[in-house]
Formats: sequence, structure tokens, C-alpha cells
Amino acid sequence: MRIRCPYCGERDLSEYIYHGDMAARPDPAAPDAQRRFYEAVYLRDNPAGPHEELWYHANGCRGWLRVRRDTRTHEILDTAFAGS
Amino acid sequence: MLVRTYQYMLRLTSWSPVLRLMRYSFLTLGRAALRGHRDWQPAWRDAEPRPSYDIVVVGGGGHGLATAYYLAKKHGLRNVAVLEKGWIGSGNAGRNTTIIRSNYLLPGNEPFYEWSMKLWEGLEQELNYNAMVSQRGVLNVFHSDAQRDAFARRGNAMRLAGADAELIDTDAVRRILPFADFDNARFPIKGGLLQRRGGTARHDAVVWGYARGASDLGVDIVQNCEVTGFLREGDRVIAVETTRGTIHAGKVGLAVAGSSSRVAKLLGLRLPIESHLIQAFVSEAVKPLIPCVVTFGAGHFYISQSDKGGLVFGGDIDGYNSYAQRGNLPVVEDVCEGGMALMPIIGRVRILRNWAGLLDMSMDGSPIIDRTPLDGLYLNSGWCYGGFKATPASGWCFAHLLARDEHHEVASDYRLDRFETGHLIDEKGQGAQPNLH
Ligand SMILES: Cc1cc2nc3c(=O)[nH]c(=O)nc-3n(C[C@H](O)[C@H](O)[C@H](O)COP(=O)(O)OP(=O)(O)OC[C@H]3O[C@@H](n4cnc5c(N)ncnc54)[C@H](O)[C@@H]3O)c2cc1C
Ligand SMILES: [Zn+2]
Repeated sequence: MRIRCPYCGERDLSEYIYHGDMAARPDPAAPDAQRRFYEAVYLRDNPAGPHEELWYHANGCRGWLRVRRDTRTHEILDTAFAGS
Repeated sequence: MLVRTYQYMLRLTSWSPVLRLMRYSFLTLGRAALRGHRDWQPAWRDAEPRPSYDIVVVGGGGHGLATAYYLAKKHGLRNVAVLEKGWIGSGNAGRNTTIIRSNYLLPGNEPFYEWSMKLWEGLEQELNYNAMVSQRGVLNVFHSDAQRDAFARRGNAMRLAGADAELIDTDAVRRILPFADFDNARFPIKGGLLQRRGGTARHDAVVWGYARGASDLGVDIVQNCEVTGFLREGDRVIAVETTRGTIHAGKVGLAVAGSSSRVAKLLGLRLPIESHLIQAFVSEAVKPLIPCVVTFGAGHFYISQSDKGGLVFGGDIDGYNSYAQRGNLPVVEDVCEGGMALMPIIGRVRILRNWAGLLDMSMDGSPIIDRTPLDGLYLNSGWCYGGFKATPASGWCFAHLLARDEHHEVASDYRLDRFETGHLIDEKGQGAQPNLH
């Protein structure tokens, strides 16, 4: 598996660290924040197919990437900086 | 291995559906040998699905089949079906590295795994089937004083739960593994935690043994029958839709391991599970070399030797969500590096095969055996990379829950809601990150 970093180009998997599902951090001030945090921290869609996930380019530019990857084939469908 | 299993299954399924169980013994073996092995009967019935059962177990891996067996054997529930989308044992049950042990630390885990170990010890007599249970020992080597302390603590926890554990020093490890790299500059071997009752079992035989036992007690084992949907009446699950028609059920038990989220999604449920992959390797056969199961304490590597002589080994999970059942090279490299750091003697052994399975990684690294928010639906999942050793106790406890609607005492902490209530069972203290468990 090779992941295309928008800054460094296509690089080997061993340069990256996986940080899992791209779940957004809930609003801590929401009235049901406890429930939302439980869901964000512990529950997963865990799809067989395209998955939005976070990868850290640790041995490269140290950027955080948002990667869209097919979990059935490991095909990388799309990459972008996580903040963008 | 899988192809062979499949061919074997095909051979079995071409027999007549009505069977009388043949008990295996020296006598039957001798008689069959004298007759040129022509009269062997298939070990279990490849059943046609019926329209309704008291209990439907989804997933024909070790856990589903053991559940069905104990439902019939211990609870007298025989109107039971196991539905398997492929052939039985085609999932992790037929892909794992066959290690059995009960060397856990936490009180939520250790009594369960020790109960499993006790069931392994009597399994072959119970099933009248040679599961090749081999208590050759499991040795976890350690490499530092801090790790010795941690292993001593774990050994004590094991002994408190009635398991066996011995903390052994370098000389004792040397007697078991004279060829290990004791003076490795970075990871010198300082001793080990040895569980002599641990070891290995033949994974396919466990599947076939439970299938044979369950089938003989009247359980229908239905293959090529994928669950594709559920029928509900309000909050109650009343039937499963399958590729072989609709099947009504008083209760449905899910034991689909790495496919748990996919099946739960059919009901709109989200689980505290991520599907990951783990790779395994087997080498060409060599003469007897490795007498027990050995794990490296400074990296991810473990190894045992099969009775055929192949070195069976593996390491860490690849670490990203995957349903592909195949892995990538960085972990291959990592596993081989671990092996070379521990026992350089294996450096020139050639690898014959390498494969991967589809793991149900839970968010705290421990399993789930519980009810679900839907009536009539029960969940057995979260086995991570260590559910083979759990097979007997998982079946035992899931059957208990399905039959009596109460948790078995050794599995009472395996709640689905523990992630919400904070009663996590996190052996490694890693938090909600499956690729660190
Ligand atoms: C490479 C590898 C090495 C391992 N090594 C060890 C080890 O050394 N020791 C240890 O204790 N554990 C080990 N494990 C873990 C262990 O194999 C699993 O935890 C255990 O097998 C899971 O339970 P099971 O046998 O019921 O799963 P499986 O055999 O995976 O059974 C699940 C079944 O459900 C079926 N299924 C899925 N979806 C559906 C559907 N919709 N309808 C019907 N059926 C469906 C699948 O086809 C499958 O047969 C290892 C796993 C792997 C992959
Ligand atoms: Zn980069």
C-alpha cells in the first residue's frame, strides 16, 4: 500500500501512522455531550468499502492526512490534508 | 490449507444426508484400515435450512459451532441451526495460528480464559474427536527488569484465578531454547513467564469436532447460507433473511467475528468494533526445533512448530481497517525482524505460505458476549486476534446466555454497554485504539 501525500507525493505505507476513523470531535458544550463523546470514541461504522480515515505522515512532512480508502481492496481513492 | 479444506468439505457434502454417527476408536480405525478406508462416513450432516428454529446461530466458525454444540448438549436445545455464508471454518477458525493459553491479567478476562483452558483439556474426550490439543507450553520471554515485574504480576493474577504460571530465569529459558539470542545487545533475554498447560490445537479439527458433535445432537449446519437481512416485529428480531430463504427464529445469536459490523448494520446498529487484519506465516518443514509456543517480549513475534515440522509464526496486526484478508509488507518485515532478534537460527528457513484473516477488534481489546438493544438478538464478538483459544468457553457462555437469558459467571463482564458505562477491560491500558491492543 502506498499513500499519496499532497506535499511529499506517493510514499510507502511504512512512513505513515494510522489514526483511524475520521469521526469529528463532538461539541463538548452540547447538552448530550456525554453520549456524543461515547459514540465518537467507541462506536464505529466500520464499513466494508470506502472509509474516511486519518493518517499521520510521521516519517515525511508530518502532516495529518484525510484519506479515502477502500477497506476491501486497500485502494486509495483520495487524499488531502486533514485541515483542508 | 483452505483449498484442501474446501475439497474435503465437497467430498463430505456428496454423502447422503441421513447419517448415524460413527464413534471413533482404535477399533473403528483398525476396522476401517483393514477395509482400505472405504467405509468412512462424513462426520456431520450438511443440512438444508428449515423454515424455523428455536435458535439460529449466525456464523459457522469455531464460536458459532461450539455455541450450537453446548446449546444442544448442556441445555437440551436441539431445534438449532448454524448458518454459515461459506463453508464452516472458512473464516478465522481456519486461518489462525492455533495457540491456546490462559495468561491474562484482568479479573474480567482470566477466569474466562482459564475456563476455556479447562474445556480444552477435556475436549477430545467430550467430542470423541482428535483435536490435537497439545499442551506443549507457552513461554513469554522478557528482556528487562521492568518487564519481569510486569510478567510476575500477570503470573500471580493467573495463579489467583486457578491457572498455572511459572516465572523462570535465563538458565531455565536456555534449557528450553538453547538457540535463542540471549546476549542480544538490545534485547537480552532475562527470563520468561511459562504456562505449561498452554500450547496449540488443530484449528480445523476443532471446527469439525464441534460440527460433528452438534450435528449428531440434531443441530442443522447450513452452509452457503449468508444472512442478508433481518425481519423485525417492533424491537424484536423474529427472523433472518438469507441467500437460502427466510428463516424464523425464537432467538438469533451473532458469531460472525470480523463481519460483526456488517451484519449489525443490517439492523442499523453500530458496534464498538473495527475490522482489521492480521497475517500469519508458515515455513517449510524442518526437524523438531521449537518445543513450545514462544513469544518475543520486545516486539511483535510469536512462533510454534507444527507436527508436520513447519514453523508457524506471526506478529502484530497491520493496524488499519481492512476487510481484504491480505496484508502489506511493512508488517512482514517487522515480524521477520522480531524473529531474527529472538532466534537468528531460523534466518535461512524459507517461508512457504502467508495469509491473513478478518479480525473483530474491539475498542478495549476484550470480547463481547451479551444481549443487544434488540430483543431476541444476541452478540458474540470482539475476539481480536485471540479468539481461537476462547472457542470452547465462548461457545459455553454464549449458549448459556442464549438458553437462560443470563450471563455466565466467567463472562459476566463482557457487556456491550461497558464502553458507555466505563467498565472497560483493557489488558494493555491502550485506550480506544484497536491497532494498539
Ligand atoms: C492469522 C490469524 C492468527 C490467529 N492466531 C490466533 C491464535 O494463535 N490464538 C488464538 O486464540 N486466536 C488466534 N486468532 C484469532 C481467532 O482465529 C479468532 O478470534 C476466532 O477464530 C474468531 O471466532 P470464529 O472462529 O467464530 O470466527 P470465524 O471463523 O471468522 O467465524 C465467523 C464466520 O461467520 C461467517 N459469516 C460472516 N458473515 C456472515 C453472514 N452474513 N451470514 C452467515 N455467516 C457469516 C464467516 O464466513 C465465518 O465463517 C488468529 C486469527 C488470525 C486471522
Ligand atoms: Zn507528507
